[in-house]
Amino acid sequence: MDALTAHLSEFGHGLVTTVELTVVTTVGAMLLGIVVATLRIAPVPLLRAIGTAYVEVFQNLPLLALLVLFVFALPTIGITFPLFTSAAIVIAVYEGAYLAEAIRAGINTVGVGQAEAARAIGLTFGQSLRHVILPQGLRAVIQPIGNICIALLMNTSLAAAVGVVELTQAANTVNLVEAQPIAVFTGAGLAYMLLALIIGQVTGLLERRLAIVR
Amino acid sequence: MVSVRGLNKWFGPLHVLKDIDLTVAAGEVVVVVGPSGSGKSTLCRCLNRLETAGQGSVEIDGEPLPAEGRALARLRADVGMVFQSFNLFGHKTVLDNITLGPTRVRRVARPEARQQAMTLLERVGIADKANHHPAQLSGGQQQRAAIARALAMQPKVLLFDEPTSALDPEMVNEVLDVMVSLAAEGMTMIVVTHEMGFARRAADRVVFMDDGRIVESGAPDDFFAAPQTERARDFLSKILQH
Repeated sequence: MDALTAHLSEFGHGLVTTVELTVVTTVGAMLLGIVVATLRIAPVPLLRAIGTAYVEVFQNLPLLALLVLFVFALPTIGITFPLFTSAAIVIAVYEGAYLAEAIRAGINTVGVGQAEAARAIGLTFGQSLRHVILPQGLRAVIQPIGNICIALLMNTSLAAAVGVVELTQAANTVNLVEAQPIAVFTGAGLAYMLLALIIGQVTGLLERRLAIVR
Repeated sequence: MVSVRGLNKWFGPLHVLKDIDLTVAAGEVVVVVGPSGSGKSTLCRCLNRLETAGQGSVEIDGEPLPAEGRALARLRADVGMVFQSFNLFGHKTVLDNITLGPTRVRRVARPEARQQAMTLLERVGIADKANHHPAQLSGGQQQRAAIARALAMQPKVLLFDEPTSALDPEMVNEVLDVMVSLAAEGMTMIVVTHEMGFARRAADRVVFMDDGRIVESGAPDDFFAAPQTERARDFLSKILQH
């Protein structure tokens, strides 16, 4: 326990970074997910192809490989971002592919009749999506979206590999000093678990609050 | 108001609409009848381009149907449609179902749109359901809400695609009564239905379709009393014998 209490500020900073990374990335990944899911159901074949290509590329590459590529390869062609920004961009882009597929599944649960009725009153494709299809489609997949957000939280620990000092990296650093891996990593693990439980609770709350009267 | 010329439609190899010509004048109520699979619903859906025609032209109020995009959306706003399965937006209250089109498409201010919606709901007799969700309403009430939603756009023409086919028998009349009163007020209507009583009461003209063609067209009294074609006689004998 001393190993934990003696380094509360390192753990604290790590935890805050993990939470920041998770929040920023979740917002980015949701926006990307909605855009890509929309591309995949767009009436224009080229847009659908772009959406499909996006999902196939980013779902089928390891996140660690993408992180390393982005952080170490881009600077060789003169593009550099701060480490935190790099990690946030890569994780958002990667999780966005998973969210896009969950959101597309939600969109598919909305009956064709809803889209036809929306078009019949003169809504454009974008308006139908925003006011009729997405509000119902997203509600149908709140739970899977929550699961992806938990996976996203866990995946933020890979940012340690490219030098972001988040919770896992903080634990690693403390362990180098204290050499008490059981206490240090159990502590970090419990913190991840707590965050995941919070995401789960929020998911459940949203699901109950936004349930459509059937 | 509505003018269809040489309309042909294929679903894959299936030729579902064959050389359809149909003109509907402003204020006219045309009832389209015919056996299942005769293409009457498809014709109805071609009129606001929920189905795209293979060949031929559809004009609404002198304007050809645009192929897609905003121009098509604008034209659809003028063509109300009532579906067999109501298709009310499940996540919105009845009132919000009705105000969505006027506020988003017509840019009507929200309070004004709500006021108009309430007037329409009173007219179709379900003002007390304004804040309910569609799933809390009976089929007949849902369909009347759907008619109010279509009317809220102040359409030039209203299309009905078998509006009573999904309803319990006792709810059919509450919907038909609304439709009859609309017809009496001079709304231009194209109604695909199996309700021959409605055709007799409200139609200016009955169009009989079979196998993708318009086989016969005439005043309801003439059509029901003395159908001109063997196919129409056969159809009527089957549905009117009960």
